[in-house]
This record gives sequence, C-alpha cells and structure tokens, in this order.
Amino acid sequence: MVSPLDRKMLRDLWRIKTQAIAIILVIATGVMLQVMMSGLVASLTETRRTYYERNALAEVIAPAVRVPETVLGRLAAIPGVARVSGRVVGSALIDVPSDPVPIQAQAVGLPESGVQDQNIVFLTAGRLPAKNHRDEALLLSGFAAAHGYKIGDRIDVVMNGAQRRIRIVGLAQSPEYLFVAAAGEMVPDPARYGVIWMRHSSLASVYDMTGAFNQALFTLTHGASEQAVIDAADRVLKPWGGTGAYGRSDLVSDRFVSEEIGGLRTMSRAVPPLFIAVAAFLLYIVVSRIVQAEREEIGLLKAFGYTNKEVGVHYTKLLLIIAVAGAALGCLLGVLAGRAMIPIYTTFYNFPFLVFRPDPASFAIGALASVVSASAGSVFVLRRIFALTPSEAMRPPAPADYSKTVSLKGAVGRLLDQPTRIVLRSLARSPWRALGLSAGIAGGMALASGMTTIYGAFDRMMNLSFTVIDRSDATVYFYSPLGEKAAYELARIPGVIAVEPFREVAATLKLGRKEHRGSVSGMILDPQMVRAIDDQLAPIHLPDQGLVLSQALADILGAAPGDMLTVDVREGRQPVLEVPVTQVASSLIGAPAYMQMQALNRAMSEPNRISGAHLRVDAARAEAIYQRLKDMPTVAGVSVAENARASLQKLMDQGAGSARYIMGAVAFIITFGVVYNAARIAQNERARDLATLRVMGFSKSETLFVLLGELGLITLVALPVGSLAGYGLSFAIARGFSSELYQIPASFDPFSHGFSAAFILCAAAISGLLVARDVNRMDLVSVLKSRD
Amino acid sequence: MGGCRVKHKDRLAFVTRGLTKSYGEGRSTVHALRGVDLDIPEGEIVVMLGASGSGKSTLLNILGGLDRPTSGTARFRDIDMGCLSDEGLTKFRRMHVGFVFQFYNLMPSLTALENVELVTEIAENPMPAQRALELVGLTHRLDHFPSQLSGGEQQRVAIARAIAKQPDVLFCDEPTGALDSATGRAVLEVLDQVNAELNATVLMVTHAANIAGMAHRVIRLVDGQIGRVEVNKTRLPPAEIEW
Ligand SMILES: Nc1ncnc2c1ncn2[C@@H]1O[C@H](COP(=O)(O)OP(=O)(O)O)[C@@H](O)[C@H]1O
Ligand SMILES: [Mg+2]
Repeated sequence: MVSPLDRKMLRDLWRIKTQAIAIILVIATGVMLQVMMSGLVASLTETRRTYYERNALAEVIAPAVRVPETVLGRLAAIPGVARVSGRVVGSALIDVPSDPVPIQAQAVGLPESGVQDQNIVFLTAGRLPAKNHRDEALLLSGFAAAHGYKIGDRIDVVMNGAQRRIRIVGLAQSPEYLFVAAAGEMVPDPARYGVIWMRHSSLASVYDMTGAFNQALFTLTHGASEQAVIDAADRVLKPWGGTGAYGRSDLVSDRFVSEEIGGLRTMSRAVPPLFIAVAAFLLYIVVSRIVQAEREEIGLLKAFGYTNKEVGVHYTKLLLIIAVAGAALGCLLGVLAGRAMIPIYTTFYNFPFLVFRPDPASFAIGALASVVSASAGSVFVLRRIFALTPSEAMRPPAPADYSKTVSLKGAVGRLLDQPTRIVLRSLARSPWRALGLSAGIAGGMALASGMTTIYGAFDRMMNLSFTVIDRSDATVYFYSPLGEKAAYELARIPGVIAVEPFREVAATLKLGRKEHRGSVSGMILDPQMVRAIDDQLAPIHLPDQGLVLSQALADILGAAPGDMLTVDVREGRQPVLEVPVTQVASSLIGAPAYMQMQALNRAMSEPNRISGAHLRVDAARAEAIYQRLKDMPTVAGVSVAENARASLQKLMDQGAGSARYIMGAVAFIITFGVVYNAARIAQNERARDLATLRVMGFSKSETLFVLLGELGLITLVALPVGSLAGYGLSFAIARGFSSELYQIPASFDPFSHGFSAAFILCAAAISGLLVARDVNRMDLVSVLKSRD
Repeated sequence: MGGCRVKHKDRLAFVTRGLTKSYGEGRSTVHALRGVDLDIPEGEIVVMLGASGSGKSTLLNILGGLDRPTSGTARFRDIDMGCLSDEGLTKFRRMHVGFVFQFYNLMPSLTALENVELVTEIAENPMPAQRALELVGLTHRLDHFPSQLSGGEQQRVAIARAIAKQPDVLFCDEPTGALDSATGRAVLEVLDQVNAELNATVLMVTHAANIAGMAHRVIRLVDGQIGRVEVNKTRLPPAEIEW
C-alpha cells in the first residue's frame, strides 16, 4: 500500500504540475545540451579512431625530394616500424571551367600492385584506376560534389608544369583528407582544394619519379616511440632531401579535425554546465518556495511525531522526482538531438560513417547536477524549518507586519493609490523573497544576453578579419619563393590596383616543452592590406628584430613579450633561429606569427625572396586577372577573399560553431521557464492575499494589478543585473567557442542585451496572462478556507 | 527517554512546578506563563478556562511537547520533559499524545481517511483508521477532501486523527471554537466517549465556561497563572450542555 505521506506527495506534485513541468523542462534542456555535446565529442573521437584504424592511416609521414626505392629497406629496418611504403605526391592545379581561379590540388599515387596497405581510400562510387590506363583517376568526393563532377567526366590538370586531361573513374574519401585547405588558407573548403589519386606508375612518369618516391608512410609497432621513428627517418632521408618527417597529428586534415573536436569539447565543458547551473538555481528557488509554503504542514507533521528525518525525506522525494524526471528527459532528448545532428556532422567531417555514442559520464553529470542541486535546495530550506518548534510552525499564519516598511506618507505617498501601495509594501516587506525571484530571472537574462552576444561576436569576428586585419581582395601563392621582381609582374597585370608581397616560411615554433607547427609570416614594413593589429585595432609596427605573436599562438606556447622562441625552419636551408617575442597581437583567425620580411629573409639567408603577394584588384576586371594568374606557371594558387570568407562562414555554421544556435535556443527556453516559474511562485504565495482583496471589494483588475505589478517590478530589477552577468558570461562562452581555427571576441553588444530584455518582457507578459487567467477564475471561498 | 525517568508514587499524568514562558526580549517581553504549578491526574477530562491571551495555548503546547518552557519543570508520568531532547519530544508526541486544533489543520491534499492514516502509519498501537472515523460518525465521508467537508466534519476528522493512535493524552485547543452548537455538542460527545472508552486523559482549552460542566476538573488561568482549580462532583453529559 502506498503510504499516506507518499500519496500526499503525489497530490502535491499534481497541484504544482505546471510549475513542475516548467522546471523539468528547464533542467531537461540543460542536461540535453550536456548529453548532446559530450555525446557528439565522444562519437566524433571514436569515429575518427575507427576510421583511421580501418583505413590504416599512416602514423608518421616523411616527405623528401626524391628517394630511390632501394632506400625503403633501410626505412623498414628502423626500430618500431611495422610497415613502410613509398609513394609519389605532387602538387597540381585543376582547371575548373566555371571557376576563374585555378584550384590547387594534390596528386597522390596509389600502389601499382593495387593492394593498399596504408592510407586506404574509401570508394564512395566507381572503381580504382585500372592498369595501363594512365589517364584514369579518383577524385575526392567532397571536391566532386562541390563542383558537380561525376564518374566519366574529364578534367584538365596541370601537373609538374604540363597540362593533362584525366578521366574520373571513381570518387573517394580518405582519412588523410577529411578536411582540405589550400596552402596559406586558414580555413578548409572542399571546393577550394582537390585531391586526385592515380596509379603510381602514371604519377611517377609525370613527376620524374620512376623507380623512386617522394613521401614515405610509416605504421608503427605497438608501443613504439613516434619521435624516435621521426628522428631515424629524418637521418635516413637527409641525403634525399628529406624536409622533416612528422606525426599523424601534424597532418593538415587531422589538425583541423582535432581543432574542431577540441573546440566542441571545450565548449561542451564550458557552456552546458553554465546552463545546468542556472537550471539548478531555479530549481533551488522553486524548491525553497514550495517548502516554505508548506511551513504549516511541516509543523503539523512534527506535532504528530514525525521526525525531522521523515519530514525531510518526504520533501526531498518530491524534489527528487522533479529533478530525476528533468534529468531523464534531458538524457533522452540529448540522445535524440545527438542522433539528429549525425547527418550534419558526417557530411561536415567527411566521415564515411558516424555512430552516435552517448557519453555515459554525461548522463551521470547531468543527473547528478540536478539531483544534487535539488537536494541541496531542500536541505538548505528544510534546515531552517526544522529549527522551528512545532508550535511556532503551527501558529496561524501571522498577519504580516507592515509596520516597519517604507513610509508612504507625504507628497509621494498621496500620489499612490491603494493597490500600488500594496505592491510596494509587499516588496519592501520581504525583499529577499522578491530578490530570489529577481535573481532567477537575472540568471535567465544572463544566459540569453550572453548567448546572443556570441551570435554578434561571430559576425564581428568575420568583419574584423576581412575588413581590418586582411583587407586584400586576393592572395597569390607561388610554387617556391621567387625574387622580388615577381611582385612587379603581378602589378603589371591590368586591373591590379596594389600588390603587397609577403614571405611565408614553414616552421615549428618552440618555447620550453611547448611547440607549434605552423609558419612565420614575413610582412613588408607598414603593410596596407594584411596587418598585425593590437587590441585597440591599431596596426602594430613590426620591429627590426623579433617576432610578434598572435594571441592564439602566445596562448599555445605560453609565451609573453621578452621570451626567446626557437624557430625550427622547415624549408630552404632549414636554419634553427632564436628569436625574441616583442609583442602580442590580437588575431581572430588561425595562430600566426609575424616578422619583418627583410628580417625573416636575412635569417633564412635568402635575401629579397617572396612567397606570394596580396592583391587589391578592380572588381570589374577580376575575372580577367584570375584568368591571367591561372596561366602563370609560377602561381601555385590564388585565394580570393570572398571565397575565404564564405568558407569561414560555412565552417562556423556547420562545424563546432553551429552549436551556438542550439545553445541560443536552449538559453531562451530556460529563460522562459524561469520567468514563468517566477510568475507562478508569486501567484501561489499571494493567493490568500489576492482572495482577501477580492472579498474586501477590489475588482479583478485591481487585484491582478497587485500581482502583476509586483512581477513587473521584480522583472525590471532583474534586467540590469542579468545584463551585467550576461556581459561577464559572454567572455566565458566566447572562450569556449574559440579554438586555434578562429577566436571569438566577446564585447558589450547593446543589441543582444536589448533583444534579450525584450524577450524577457514578452515572456513576463505571457506568463502574466497565463497567471491572470487563473487569478480571474479563483474560487474565493476555497482559497480562503484552505491553505492554497 | 530512558535517561529522563524520575521516581514517583502518584497516579498523575502531568505535574508542573514553577513553569514560565516568555516571548521576546527587553521592554517588549511578553510573559505568557508566570509560574504554573499544576497536577493533572490520569484518565480525567480537564477543562482549561481563561480569557484570550491568558496563556492557555502556551501551557497546552508545553505539556504536549510542542514547545519548551522558559523555566520550571514539567513531568509526564515518570518522564522529566525538560530533560528530553528534540528527538525525545518527537518520540513522546508520537507515542503518547493526540492533538485537536481550533482550525482543524488537516492536510488539504489528503482525503479524510488518508488524513487519519497519516497518523496510524507511525503510531505504535493504532486502531484502524476506519474505526476512528466510525467513532466520530464519519463513515460516509471517507474519501472526501477537506475542501469538500463542512467545518464540523473537518473537526471530527481532526479528532479521529488524534484518537486513532489510542493516545494516553488528548490535547484539544478550542475544539469547538469554530463550530455551531449542534456540531459542537457532537464533537464533545466524541471526546467524552474517547475518555470513557480509551481511558485517555483529555486536556481541553476553551473560553466557553459552560463546557466546564462535562469536566472532572476545571482549571482557570488568569494572566499566565493558575487562578482556581475546581473538581466537579457531578458531571453533565455533553448533550445537556447549554450553548
Ligand atoms: N510566538 C509568540 N511570540 C510572541 N508572543 C506570543 C507567542 N505566542 C503567544 N504569545 C503571547 O503569549 C500570550 C499567551 O498566548 P496564548 O497562550 O496563545 O493565549 P490563549 O491561548 O490563552 O489565548 C499572549 O499574549 C500572546 O500574544
Ligand atoms: Mg489560544
């Protein structure tokens, strides 16, 4: 038999059902976010691992200029190497007729034997290139999709300076090319970079590699040291122009994937807990109100001889039911939402498959957070109640003492009518009660304004990046560094308005035990197009000596001005430089390091070399300019600002950044729940007073005014407080959304705060209407007779 | 409770000596009780009379273990109540005491039967909840909620709730205060019957002097002190009480 106490609990639950549902939803959305986000992180990590394993992605990659096949034996003999193979990889340009800019690509050799044992491609359509058909090739699926290529299509490709026409016989994905980005491009874009696979023999003849290879792939034995293999491979390949072996995690594609997953992970750790905290706070407020309203019943139970423990357990059960229901619903929704996101992420990450695997820890965290906050809330409140003797708790509800409240005499007082006085007095009488509700609404306001600020911050990041930091229209990259006169050649192209040469040097930057594989950008003195800027958005004058680090890079290395960095250059003579950090620049995309071009070239012992140039062009003649560039044999690629901007936007909207939309929605749901609950609490607590007013002859609207006036004031107080908290919160959220790929700058955004305030006022109005309906229907006799 | 036993030879339910209770501090102190010495024998109906504010409820609350005196001693049978901890007082109420209040104080979310079961649930030797409601003549309203019952019916549920555990002492604070004469008399009859059948000591606070006729003993409180104690030679049956 269900005990009467339990039955009382169930009926109490039923009595507060709308409120309970609102709280359950608030908790559920918070938990949902947690479960979904950490589930996605777990799923992506697991999918990547499985994909790499199934398709035998090499663990060490060693590029070189030209290595005879006979050297493979020595590479295989390196301790810790389980498998090694050599292949030909070359850069190429794809001429896409519809596209004025030549598109950079990589040509990759497939084993002549037809048996792939490392970096196995995943065919999404068609077949592998056949023997003796030297023009057959596979094309990267993402690129094919972006340009509408199908099996059987022919495309023109420039490889090693010669134009060839190849035939697409299959479309493929590869764990090596989950994300592709052209050289110098910060943001991956499947349309801007192609990969073609051809038989080894076909490529060998094109790139003069017959009997040789220019890239070795290694799979290691279990437990082998990656660094040891890298060092050994570098030693073996040194005579053959080895440019430095690197591990899987330095693979361009893997770095993007890691950044994206890392971004999601940071976010899933930073943001959902904030949401759950607000939900928990709300639960606490509601719980304390429910318990407070039961004061009399608690006294009564104690008078019968129920122990504090029994009473405590009774109320805790009630709260736990709400908390557990919220957590359970949240887990369920989280799994469903995670499942719904799978297709988006599978496409975005170019995984051939993706299994949503919820993270069990997130269930536990979500459940625990809500349960703990519910019990903490009840313990906190019950403790005060327990301290009362039963006789005190039982005393008929003491007539409220209004004697100590605000004096409403004098000129101001005369202006106020009776209902207004009631509103003011009741607020003044129990300011803590009102402040509790205000704090709840402020929490909602903080979430809502914090999240909308992030929306604005994404746009701000885009605008700053493309109008303040990089103001060029296009950037040209050469195959290899050229003399300065190459810049004049670019300037002579009709329609080119300005040319700003730069030197970009691949390098590993090290400070202590931290290191970053990236590059150093050499810039002309006082550049006009691409600039390093400080946090006031003013251009930084680059020093004659030393490096200016972007904030992102300074964070990675833990570097500050004055630190001496080791710059391990990965091209040319591969010098190792010691360079001081002179300043930290604010950057929004990537993690660049800036240096004066002159100084960089001097350090490289390669005077007057440039890697490419930023251009400003006449928009009307842009097409013709890009056509000219396409035909220049020295040009490895052209990146058009407009395209770069579009791919960044896409990245932010489909990658980790897309979580902001879900979070925004959740923030607003929670906010509405908070406001609605505040209204309900106010109504419940005032029911007796409101009924008494009606009995005394106040009209319905006058009575409502008392309730809604109070609610209105509580909301108005909450807005500025919440706005302030939201401002602080936006920095925490922005940090969660920032990664090495891009950094989100938080700042005060009046629109976001105005919008959120408007939303809360609307929510308050709607809640007010819902509550008003109940107040108007109130049965006076029953309200006065019974406690509620 | 074991440690709080005292030896005695009388047949008294309650003994108090020098009981005081004051509320507040300084100039605004209210002395609700100013030294109450009182003996209440087992098995009697004791009516406590006094003007409003004379300290009746305060005394009742202290004897019932709902509150503690500021000074003085109170003894229930062989238990020194002042020595009891909060848990001890809780246990005392659970084992020995039933309460009936002026405003019924039923749980609004429980039916009549469930309100009674609330107590039988935790009592050591309760009668069936149904039987308690039968005693107060409410067998036909078992499944009604308090909001569906009249004031007298609610009070009878409250009495059923109080007697269901077969208490040694029944405390009633103005049990008929909110009732008309007919229902009031019915309630008094139930109390009389409980006293006779269960042999429970009944301590009833009222300001209606005529109710005193049904008591074995009448105690008058004046300004927080015992004014006069009368023992009725002949008791009136509740039905004959003038209202
Ligand atoms: N919790 C309390 N705080 C302050 N004064 C109290 C409290 N409880 C009772 N009193 C005061 O003690 C006196 C006696 O109260 P009470 O025992 O309730 O009187 P009665 O029941 O005889 O009407 C009254 O003056 C009352 O105002
Ligand atoms: Mg009283």
